[in-house]
Amino acid sequence: MSLLEIKNLHASVDGHEILKGINLTINPGEVHSIMGPNGSGKSTLAQVLARRQAYNVTQGSVTFMGKDLLEMKPEDAACEGVFMAFQYPVEIPGIGNTYFMRSALNAIRKYHGQDEMDAMDFLPMFREKLRLLEMDEKLLNRSVNEGFSGGEKKRNEILQMAVLQPRLAILDETDSGLDIDALRIVANGVNALRSPDRAMLVVTHYQRLLNYIVPDFVHVLVDGRIVRSGGPELALELEEKGYSWTEGQTRQPVQASA
Amino acid sequence: MTTAIADLESYLDEFTSFSKREGAPDWLKRLREDAFACFCQTGLPTTHDEDWRFTNISAIAKTDFELPGRPTQLSAADLSAWKFPIGAAIELVFVDGQFVAELSTTSSLPSGVDVSSLREQTTKGALEHLGRYLNIQRDAFAALNTAFVDDGAFVHVSREVVLDRPIRLRFISTQAVSPRMVHPRNLLIFDQESQAAVIEEYVSLGTGTVLSNSVTELVADENANVSHYMIEREHLGAFNISTLRIQQGRSSNVASHSLLLGGGLVRNNVHPVLAGEGGECLINGLFVGNGRQHLDNYMYVEHASPHCSSRQFYNGILDGHAHGVFHGRIVVHKDAQKTDAKQTNRNLLLSDNAQIDTKPQLEIYADDVKCTHGATIGHIEENALFYLRSRGIDEISARRLLLMAFANECLDRMATGPARDYAERLIHEHLLKIADHVTTADGSVQERSWEEVG
Repeated sequence: MSLLEIKNLHASVDGHEILKGINLTINPGEVHSIMGPNGSGKSTLAQVLARRQAYNVTQGSVTFMGKDLLEMKPEDAACEGVFMAFQYPVEIPGIGNTYFMRSALNAIRKYHGQDEMDAMDFLPMFREKLRLLEMDEKLLNRSVNEGFSGGEKKRNEILQMAVLQPRLAILDETDSGLDIDALRIVANGVNALRSPDRAMLVVTHYQRLLNYIVPDFVHVLVDGRIVRSGGPELALELEEKGYSWTEGQTRQPVQASA
Repeated sequence: MTTAIADLESYLDEFTSFSKREGAPDWLKRLREDAFACFCQTGLPTTHDEDWRFTNISAIAKTDFELPGRPTQLSAADLSAWKFPIGAAIELVFVDGQFVAELSTTSSLPSGVDVSSLREQTTKGALEHLGRYLNIQRDAFAALNTAFVDDGAFVHVSREVVLDRPIRLRFISTQAVSPRMVHPRNLLIFDQESQAAVIEEYVSLGTGTVLSNSVTELVADENANVSHYMIEREHLGAFNISTLRIQQGRSSNVASHSLLLGGGLVRNNVHPVLAGEGGECLINGLFVGNGRQHLDNYMYVEHASPHCSSRQFYNGILDGHAHGVFHGRIVVHKDAQKTDAKQTNRNLLLSDNAQIDTKPQLEIYADDVKCTHGATIGHIEENALFYLRSRGIDEISARRLLLMAFANECLDRMATGPARDYAERLIHEHLLKIADHVTTADGSVQERSWEEVG
């Protein structure tokens, strides 16, 4: 059974249609990358999958592990195993990073009928993940993302992913704004989480990230539709030709789909 | 500021019979009479008075209050619901305004610490500080309190004594069959280099129309380090007017923490005067209103000496039809050069019907000072809510977390210790009740963000 199956997905925000019929199937263990120019709908797709309610799904279906994802609230999707690393992680003053992560993990464990994890068990595990992301232990005691640098925020997203161990990880432009060292650390963190039963959807504007996280499939999203799909070599081709090359693609009557 | 004479008549009746009571020394009688004359002249304030613009007390003015008669007998079991997390606190219990020795714990006081009832003190002789710093000409409620001054707490911490346990003063109002008023008067004196924390707490055991009009005079001498906690959690029909008048000596450090959770109509006056050089004052507060609660915070910070600093931080959470007020007045006198005064009022409105009036008022007569003020009014941020939910935390828990986070800003300013632990527990228990029903009916997303108002 596929992990995620998107069929003819249409979504709009404030009455503007952004996604105009997305078809995409992701199997466990696969890494898919969605590339596309600004405004093509990449982030909208990520947000719809994370169940942000500002996006209105007008047509189509999304099945996640056999269940209707579009029926789920954000917290339910998270508990079922969907995780999105935010393009712009939110600062939440007054809530400690450690407390937040333990609350989230315990919410998910409770959903699955598991016992909650106490601080004694949680902390060593959290510290280990922190080392994976080469993050300073001081961040444990700080408020969620408050005063973090751009790179620290993105690392914190991957740290959360490492703690919550989702089935589907969506990275929404996680590479944007990162210097090469931070990019390498983030990519290492992501690669360490690759596993046969976990899939990833890497949304990016730049090919650079894909040198570090090598995808199995690359899809090109233009104007709310996937116009081309291929292997990792497609990313290189895009890099070489630029997105202007895709502009002609939208007018082609036949669209590729995965 | 004049009130109909009829409104004052019931006070006159009460004062006449109160004056006939036995036992009060002459100096105290004079103090009361002068204050009552002052009250009659001033009258109860109305919304035409600038200091009372946002708070209509006509419900108080219309009511004929009586002083409590024979005190209701309470047992320790009646008070078990408010057990302090640490058993070793020094505690005075007042029932309907009167000190009850049997319910209080004043044994094993460290030497140099005197904790007793004010009535006991007034029978011993004139009290130097009683009424010394309070301006009864300006404030009708302070005048009224002084006119009926009878009982309350007396705390004296001697020079260089450091008290490791908080002193807790509990004011309990019992069921009121007819409208009842009490005028607790507390005198807290901290000598040079002493250190202590006092918790003043108002609770109800029963309902009915009650007015608690309290005045606390707090004197912090040179280098004294004092924390004061005002905790209001009476029932939703209670009127509570409290005045905390702080007199600070050279290099003293005073923190005033207010926690308004209960009460129907609440006015919280905090009036520190930084009278000695290098004094520091923290004025920290959290008010959480629901239903038709009206919570008014009137800050009046006077800088009277150079090199003093004051910090005001008040956070408000308002739900239902609750109405909050924050009035932050800072006066920097002519000689108070190098004053550093800061004021911040942040508010979260959880319903469309909740209301906040926030007003800074700066009067600066010195020319080398730093004064800043700011206020924000906002809603729970949708982005933050979505972020928490996207990690698996359900909507109610996520809202609760965000409210706690907002309240934690206030808790973080309290020194760690049993008083803060107690405040934290009260806040968290209270916010659980609020967060549960703050769900959006249709789950719709509204654009909500912080908005600067001043």
